[in-house]
Amino acid sequence: MIKVDGLSKRYARTVAVDNISFEVQKGQIVGFLGPNGAGKTTTMRVLTCFMPATSGTASVAGFDVLEHPMEVKRRIGYLPETPPLYPDMEVREYLHFVGQLKGIPKAELARRVAEVSERCSVADVSNKLIAKLSKGYKQRVGLAQAIIHNPDVLILDEPTSGLDPKQRVETLELIKSLKGDHTIILSTHVLSEIEATCQDVIIISKGKVVATDTMDNLTHRLKGSEAVAIEVEGRNGAELATADVQRKLEQVSGVSRVINKAEGARLRFEVESLQGRVVRAEVARAVVESGWNLTELAPVSVSLEEVFLQLTESKK
Amino acid sequence: MGNMIVICQKEMKSYFSSPVAYLLMTMFAVIFGFFFWNVVGYFVFMGMQQQMGGRSFPMNLNEQVIRPLLSNVSVIGLFLIPLITMRLFAEEKRSGTIELLLTSPISDVQILLGKWLAAILMYGAMLLVAGLNFIFLFAYGQPDWRPMLVAFLGLMLQAAGLLAIGTFISTLTKNQIIAGATTFGVCLLLWIMEWVSGYETATWAKVLAYLSIVSHFESFAKGVLDSKDIIFYLSVIFFGLFLTARSLESLRWRA
Repeated sequence: MIKVDGLSKRYARTVAVDNISFEVQKGQIVGFLGPNGAGKTTTMRVLTCFMPATSGTASVAGFDVLEHPMEVKRRIGYLPETPPLYPDMEVREYLHFVGQLKGIPKAELARRVAEVSERCSVADVSNKLIAKLSKGYKQRVGLAQAIIHNPDVLILDEPTSGLDPKQRVETLELIKSLKGDHTIILSTHVLSEIEATCQDVIIISKGKVVATDTMDNLTHRLKGSEAVAIEVEGRNGAELATADVQRKLEQVSGVSRVINKAEGARLRFEVESLQGRVVRAEVARAVVESGWNLTELAPVSVSLEEVFLQLTESKK
Repeated sequence: MGNMIVICQKEMKSYFSSPVAYLLMTMFAVIFGFFFWNVVGYFVFMGMQQQMGGRSFPMNLNEQVIRPLLSNVSVIGLFLIPLITMRLFAEEKRSGTIELLLTSPISDVQILLGKWLAAILMYGAMLLVAGLNFIFLFAYGQPDWRPMLVAFLGLMLQAAGLLAIGTFISTLTKNQIIAGATTFGVCLLLWIMEWVSGYETATWAKVLAYLSIVSHFESFAKGVLDSKDIIFYLSVIFFGLFLTARSLESLRWRA
């Protein structure tokens, strides 16, 4: 549905997007992930025909963005980072205007406006001035605007930025409910949102794609190995040698690494397992069988955040 | 065509759903009304004086009232035109709605023509309110309506040119005040440029005088349709719109 090949965009002095390529299949919902300034918005602006690329090609539904911009624009719904709203218009009036802009036939216009208002839950404010709406409502009007012409492709630039947690969840639910009808690209720098909504994820950093994978693979890759934090003490207050404990732990089968995290007199370690091995039980048994007390054992979650940081930092 | 009208309608709504349109029309009506009162008052005074003196000079409403009045309007317009155009693109750029327009299946030319047309209609609405004063001339005298119509056509052409320039300037900035002030400066320059021809006869002075937008209104004010002046105004319109189109295009490259 969307094909980007060797796309670069240079501004006067900076390179915003540097030779990126990716493809999105029909009906997919893809997360476009990257820190601020990574080139997400620029890529989206090229796809929506807002600005031309410096080099490389991009096509939507088989139409090149440079050669057939009108065809592309007809098939794309776009929600920029700040929803493009006219504060002095009423919601219905605004959606009506956008519908006309997108070339919806007159006969269908009123019906489409009512439909998208319903779908994005803004029907109850359709007679209100946009200036008077809360941020969450504004975002939903922005979404309604993007889907009014029932586009094949939806491009959403940070649709949840600036929303409170409840609005965030609602907006994401709404986006999820659009899946199937539309191919969706969703940009964000909040990982949990990608986890909750997307099947595929494209991570970009400093204008380059650093990872493209399905969400499942990525989480697996990141969470495949297990890490546990443990605290050990000698029975009846007996002194323990850190090195002894560490050696013992390293001998447990399936353990790849033991990191000493001692805090003062408390002996703490972080034990990492080999890929796909569960070592919690073994570690506990090893400690107890050595005659020590196991005072704490807790899984350390390798968060998507950490992986994301690793991926984006390493390319520096 | 349809798309252009959609944009034009939206702009008209925006003028008339905010105080902008009413403020402009009121201001213009008051200023024009004052001029009208003055010019007509002077005309009546001269008429009475002639009667008392027993001598009669030819008195002509078209020449002595309508012509000077509409020449004044062409100058007052210079002050109001920036207020009409400053918002057009600057506001869309500031609020980000320009992204909606430029990513919709509608061409840049349709966008700018729609906005420019709305600006012309706004100016026309102002003229219409002011024009109501002329009803009195027709009620109490017999002015010739044909030269008046030509003068109004001239005013619209002149405004269309300046509005095109204002539209262009509005694409250059996100700040309405900057757009308005710059347009005002340009309008004013285009008026006073003509003054050099009062003392200087060199070619450059002639060029400046020719480029001065108000001097081309004189023939219209007399009720003369001069193709030379029509072509001048059409060129200004084309030039302004052409620059606007280019500017929108470069906006995409720089954005």
